[in-house]
Amino acid sequence: MTTKQLALVIDLNVCVGCHACVTSCKGWNDAGAAGPLTDQNPYGADPSGTFFNRVQTFEVGEFPHTETVHLPKSCLHCEDPPCVPVCPTGASYKRAEDGIVLVDYDKCIGCKYCSWACPYGAREIDEQQKVMKKCTLCVDRIYDAKLPEAERKPACVLACPTSARLFGDIHDPESEASRAIREQGGYALMPEWGTQPANHYLPRRKTGKRLHPDELERHDNPLKVDGKLPRPSPDDPALDDVTSW
Amino acid sequence: MNPAWSVLLLTSLIGAGQGLFIALVAAQASGRFLQTGLGLSLAFLAAGLLASFFHLGHPERAWRSAAMWRTSWLSREVIVLPAFMALVAAYAWTPSFAVGVLGVVACLALFVCTGMIYACLPFLQEWRSPLTVVNFTLLGCASGLTAAAALAAWLEPAQARPFAAAALVVGALAYLGRLASLVRNARLRPKSTLASAIGVKHPKITQIAQGAMGGSFNTREFFHGRPREVVCAARWALLALVFPVPALLLLAEEPLIAFLAQYAGLLAERWYFFAEAKHPQNLYYQAIS
Repeated sequence: MTTKQLALVIDLNVCVGCHACVTSCKGWNDAGAAGPLTDQNPYGADPSGTFFNRVQTFEVGEFPHTETVHLPKSCLHCEDPPCVPVCPTGASYKRAEDGIVLVDYDKCIGCKYCSWACPYGAREIDEQQKVMKKCTLCVDRIYDAKLPEAERKPACVLACPTSARLFGDIHDPESEASRAIREQGGYALMPEWGTQPANHYLPRRKTGKRLHPDELERHDNPLKVDGKLPRPSPDDPALDDVTSW
Repeated sequence: MNPAWSVLLLTSLIGAGQGLFIALVAAQASGRFLQTGLGLSLAFLAAGLLASFFHLGHPERAWRSAAMWRTSWLSREVIVLPAFMALVAAYAWTPSFAVGVLGVVACLALFVCTGMIYACLPFLQEWRSPLTVVNFTLLGCASGLTAAAALAAWLEPAQARPFAAAALVVGALAYLGRLASLVRNARLRPKSTLASAIGVKHPKITQIAQGAMGGSFNTREFFHGRPREVVCAARWALLALVFPVPALLLLAEEPLIAFLAQYAGLLAERWYFFAEAKHPQNLYYQAIS
């Protein structure tokens, strides 16, 4: 276990599937240290491209009892990343200091073996640069001392209009991300493989309001059915000479 | 998985080269037969090595792939393959017992490395089995023995029959191993489901969008995209050509045609090996939109 493990916590209850994280990710990382993220035939009939992050949509249940779940999927920065030990060149590595899984593009030979070893399909080869690419958690951004402190977060986190994405150290029990995982039932994808993904998802919740009887029947009796309340005797003490008890 | 020709050629060619070397060492072949056989073995290995470069995005950096031999079976293969080729060349130079034994050890290590590249991935349940390593070894040895029989028929007719007999025995074993893995894989239950993939505990989940309309690396690398008939045809080709047809041809004393048929069968076998492996990431790429 590394001392620090940066990760995203994505709240599926508030994700609206707007793809702002996808476009902001592409925008930042196209120009950032990890870029470019090349596209093939972007305006043609069969567009394709390299993305660190994709939003997928699933329908759960059977009509009419269905729910739409949007699932933003990027590298989960597993605590036990299966993609790292299989890399023959050492281009794929997990940083000891913050747990980010990265690819050294200068060492990658483009053999694609790491993508076979990732059950989540988080790695995509850049068809033009011929090296494997994946989410860097905006490693060139989150430590950039030239940025204001509040902007030292991954581009997707800053772009999310519903604040569905939290970013933080999940090994620090007091971080916002850890607290969200702990208190809102955060879970990992495909736990059956023992990869221990660092990124967590917060489940969808039923949002409703529970009404108690005293909320339906108001104690100040607005319908003036005075007889239903015991009339206090004039001698009874009153808080403000108005209320009746 | 989408079968890549480079990998199909690599694994089938080096398998034949390895099997041929083992056959030559085991039979203590000598003279022109040995030299031609070792040359052919080296040619198979070199052709496989050449094919493997076409799998790489950056073949000029291939030397880097020897770095992580402590953890990566691919890296180990990258080291063992040239080492084995050097030993094959050394055995051609001095066909001594010691060099032969070293060569056979390297050869078996190479079989293990090649098989483990696939068998070590826990997510590909079709590959995650000792049968993968066993079958790579046995199928390689069988094709190498058939090649040795073909070569012997040309240069050393006295040894053609023993080689053909050995090819029949090892071929039958390899066929049994492959049948066992076909049966095993047909009975596999996928460990991952859509429910575990997105973490929603519901039996009925359908994908509506995968985040891209025109496909992606994930749809190209992990789906072969061929109709079921092609997969079926590959399975029949492997069932017929890996052993039964070459066996009949060997019995009919046509070892060269037997080898060609078996090699075609091994290509079908390797294609099917990839095509039948279902990667769990495919759960995220079921519907385009």
